[in-house]
Amino acid sequence: MGWLDANLISILNGVALAALLFMIAVGLSLVFGTMDVLNLAHGAISLAGAYVGVAMLDPGGGLGDFLVAVLAAAALGLVLGAALATMTSVVTSHLRQALLTLGIALIAAAVLTEIFGADVESVPAPSGLAGSVDLLGKQYPLYRLVVIGIAVLIALVLYVVLERTSVGAIVRATVADRGMVEALGIRSSLVLAGVFGFGAALASVGGLLAGPVLGAQPGLDNTVLLLALVVVVIGGLGSIRGALLGALLVGQVQTLGVSLLPEQASFLLFGAMALVLLLRPQGLLPARTATGAHS
Amino acid sequence: MSLRTHHANDDLLVVENLTLRYGALTAVDDVSLRIASGARHALIGPNGAGKSSFFSMLGGATSPTSGRIVFGGEDIVSHDEVQRARAGLVRTYQHSSLFTGLSVLDNVRIAVERVSGHPLRPWPSRADRRITSAAEEHLAHVGLVDRRDQLVSSLSHGERRQLEVALVLACEPRLVLFDEPTAGMSAAETHRFAELVESLPRAVTTVIVEHDLDVVFRLADRISVLAAGRLIAEGSPEHVKADPVVNEAYLGDSNDREPLFLDTPADVRTAR
Amino acid sequence: MTKVRAPLAAALLLVALASLPFVLAPYPISLAARILAFALLVVSVDVLTGLTGLPSLGQIAYFGVGAYTAGMVGIHVTSNVLVQLVAGAALAAMVALLTGAVAVRTSGIVFLMVTLAIGELTHRLADGLDAVGGSNGLAGIPAITVYPGGEPIILAGYTYWWVLTVFVLGFLLAVLVSRSPLGRAMRGVREAEPRLAAIGQRTYTIKLAAYVFAGAIAGAAGTAWTVQARFVSPGDLAFSVSAIALLSVVLGGAGSLWGPVIGASVVILVRDWVSGYLPGQGELMLGALFVLAVYLLPRGIAGLRPPRRDRPSPAQQEQPAMEVVG
Repeated sequence: MGWLDANLISILNGVALAALLFMIAVGLSLVFGTMDVLNLAHGAISLAGAYVGVAMLDPGGGLGDFLVAVLAAAALGLVLGAALATMTSVVTSHLRQALLTLGIALIAAAVLTEIFGADVESVPAPSGLAGSVDLLGKQYPLYRLVVIGIAVLIALVLYVVLERTSVGAIVRATVADRGMVEALGIRSSLVLAGVFGFGAALASVGGLLAGPVLGAQPGLDNTVLLLALVVVVIGGLGSIRGALLGALLVGQVQTLGVSLLPEQASFLLFGAMALVLLLRPQGLLPARTATGAHS
Repeated sequence: MSLRTHHANDDLLVVENLTLRYGALTAVDDVSLRIASGARHALIGPNGAGKSSFFSMLGGATSPTSGRIVFGGEDIVSHDEVQRARAGLVRTYQHSSLFTGLSVLDNVRIAVERVSGHPLRPWPSRADRRITSAAEEHLAHVGLVDRRDQLVSSLSHGERRQLEVALVLACEPRLVLFDEPTAGMSAAETHRFAELVESLPRAVTTVIVEHDLDVVFRLADRISVLAAGRLIAEGSPEHVKADPVVNEAYLGDSNDREPLFLDTPADVRTAR
Repeated sequence: MTKVRAPLAAALLLVALASLPFVLAPYPISLAARILAFALLVVSVDVLTGLTGLPSLGQIAYFGVGAYTAGMVGIHVTSNVLVQLVAGAALAAMVALLTGAVAVRTSGIVFLMVTLAIGELTHRLADGLDAVGGSNGLAGIPAITVYPGGEPIILAGYTYWWVLTVFVLGFLLAVLVSRSPLGRAMRGVREAEPRLAAIGQRTYTIKLAAYVFAGAIAGAAGTAWTVQARFVSPGDLAFSVSAIALLSVVLGGAGSLWGPVIGASVVILVRDWVSGYLPGQGELMLGALFVLAVYLLPRGIAGLRPPRRDRPSPAQQEQPAMEVVG
């Protein structure tokens, strides 16, 4: 019990980080799983969401303002995602997708720096949630607990939508056999643009929600992209459960791991990823259905 | 009936009780076969009979649930594809597997190099000329030598199949497994392909899985029939054609039906 | 119609490059040297990505091994540049052998991520290892000498010539391997690895041989980098460098070797030189370059060369170059 007491804060931080990473990374995983597209602009989308917070929120702002910012970030993500879906639809080779999406990421990052400058900006948490909560004798930021709750909710919603609704069935059918779906009169390109847009919206909102924790600054897009890549590759590309597990692992490595092994801190993440990939190349919880929209 | 006497030590490939099960589904059920050195053997059967699974196990891509595979006197069940190919057991693929971005010549050169060259040599040398002419000879055999510098992507389907034969021959195989080689071919391409197989030296044993029964009866001196994973008949083409069990397997019910295999006119059967 | 022979064009280009010190000032000359060192790193990436079909973000690790080795040898052993070159390339090859033995068991996206891990781990190792200067980098590297007892080479023009020499040697070696049986087998792995296995070739051996060779080339590039900079910092091994190295390959036309060299030069020029005229816009211009290239150059810069029937185009770029495992 003493160990738990000493490390509870780290563990909780790890779960909060996992929640944010899950929201950001799940879109990357879904897009790769459904469309076979490696979107390296994902980090930039997340950063854009954070800057929406910088632009729209003031310290001491209320929950209402925060929700409006969330909607704005979601809308921005939706638009960016749909645009990326169109731009990448003609590029089938993964290497050229990397060239395209990284090019877009560089442009986006440069534009954001141009608008907001190179300094670290902060995103204030909504005033109702800015305080701390008493947890097992320790004070813990309420906001982070709320973030964890939101991520759990999103995971549940994703599961229900994909597995239990007809929209989800269409998405899964498009993954399994795009031609068949077209034959049924459904425009698969719209479905895929929708998936891309939705995944980008989640990334953007995730970036906004991460604002009070990570801030917003140039270079954060690179950091977030690397973390998201590690999450989805460890978890298994195309798998939501995999993204969840990957996020939890990465979250703990980056917080609890670093506090327990400060000397090895900078090696933990990539060392862990390399280990997982060498032992289980398909990831920890790989997607059960066939991945890729190309037959 | 084959006129050659069948000694056990003539058999290049011996398959004993080969079985493949996926849970409750049995794809190949206790199949045993002997293939003599120099044979032209065919494997036929209705769709879903297990022919592809059987071939896949022979080639090494799939591990059997039980059974033995003995090639040239050696038990090869635990050998992977690379080891089997080195032992002289090679196959062609239903979906032609070639080095598509490379030239026709390079495709065959890679195979010749593996067999008689030094594939790990990191510099070009005069010895490469010998390899190149050997590759060209194989291409000439299949009639593709004038396309040597073209990319595989510019070849027609039938030509790609021919190239695959050249590739496989370049491995100096003892036994070649042809997996539905004439699928998707026009009548002319099929005829050319059959001529090619007929021209192969007897040192190369061939086993061919085919749906095109005209090709089968033209090329094979012995036929095995699979249905629902089991071997239901085996023998010479005449024997198999007349076998009511085989007819039933293809048509489902032998009563009041036209015989499946019509007598082929004598002048189409090639003399051997 | 005249046929421009590749060797003639190459010879002319070499003469042009060799005469740069006579026309350029020291700063542009050292930029040119940096470009050449980076271009050789990019060649090593192309050997893996373009020739063998193994997309890699990890060559920076072996570049770093070469660079730091050259620096340490220069500080502690000898300023003889040949010793530094051999030591750097050899050590890089050894590290490549050890890491590659494990890495080439994977392929596609997984291989990409494993190499990313190798690159990042090496980056962080360099940052944390005080013996090589840690986050401050390795400084105090003496000027090179070319023969024992010779004068230290200080002038930017002369170090540039050394870097050019290393580049030309490395590039020629890569071309030689590309035209060898091993090179053909590497392309076999890229085009249809199962097919290569089916004719009896152990593909692991081919991939490992390619990996070690690429590691040696990257190591040599690293030693050249140290020669011109006389300073190595962990920042030289950052992920962003790996990323633009890989993208230079794609931009140039994976598999052609010379295309990626041009791609590398264009990338560095756009990022570092053009941005001198438009301050702070280097990344933006680079991003725009990449986006335009994807749509306007479907087969990379090398794809601009008029196709000849007997010349295979660079690795067919519109086919998926990587497959997801599982």
